[in-house]
Amino acid sequence: MKSKIISFLIIIPLILVFIIFYKGLNKSNFYEPESKIENIPVFTAITFFQKEKINSQNIFDKDKFYLLNIWASWCVPCKDEHPLLVNLSKNDKLEIIGLNYKDNFKNAEKFLNELGNPYKKILIDRDGTNAIEWGAFGVPETFLVFENKIVKKFIGPLNFKSIEEIEEIIK
Amino acid sequence: MKIIKIFITILILLYFSPLKADEDRLQNNITKNLRCLICQGQSVYDSDSEFAISLKLVVRNKIKEGLSEDQIYNFLSEKYGEWILYDPKFNKNTYFLWFLPLLIFLFGGAIIFKKLIKIKR
Repeated sequence: MKSKIISFLIIIPLILVFIIFYKGLNKSNFYEPESKIENIPVFTAITFFQKEKINSQNIFDKDKFYLLNIWASWCVPCKDEHPLLVNLSKNDKLEIIGLNYKDNFKNAEKFLNELGNPYKKILIDRDGTNAIEWGAFGVPETFLVFENKIVKKFIGPLNFKSIEEIEEIIK
Repeated sequence: MKIIKIFITILILLYFSPLKADEDRLQNNITKNLRCLICQGQSVYDSDSEFAISLKLVVRNKIKEGLSEDQIYNFLSEKYGEWILYDPKFNKNTYFLWFLPLLIFLFGGAIIFKKLIKIKR
């Protein structure tokens, strides 16, 4: 009787551990922050070409969709998504705003000259603090904004599927 | 005149340095309790990733703006979810987490207590 109880006590935890690991290892370990920000953050930034100080309230002020794209010339996935952004910039229901993340002006300018400039405005985020205000943790990251609210967030480079999604929303 | 200038400079330095040290200590305390979301098993304090460097700056700026430790935690968990905090807050999602050790402790205590009574008899 006693040995039965003991073997039972050993087997049950083993099964439990197996189930936990089986479930846990199947789960993707890519963590997406459960951000609670709905409204876009208020911040001031310097514009890329004119080097003027601008307040975020003066950027997202029109009654249209905005796409804030965090990018950098040193970021390889940004190069992949750039042609898609250039294509998307032809849509006049949408204004694409760039946030140049921890970049060097010369390299960023070269990047735009080579691959095209899809951005209506580009803001500079030299130290990465503006990206944090948006709840971003890297480049590239893209936010679809409407009426000062974040409608959709894309972590990582945009692909054909995400472009379709954006076009579906702004239709 | 020069001596007075030097004297005033030293006075100013002496006056501000403890304030600065306090700020540093607070910043370190806060960043030690923040998980670096893009590194594995490192706090923001330990990490030198781009994300952690920026986050340290943000914490420093918030301290300078006069926000308290809790206000900074709230600000960041609003942006990144509670996962960013190493020390999870006490709420309905974490009751189990906080009470489980206590329950196990009480359960173990009860078993030992029962055994002791048995031995006494």
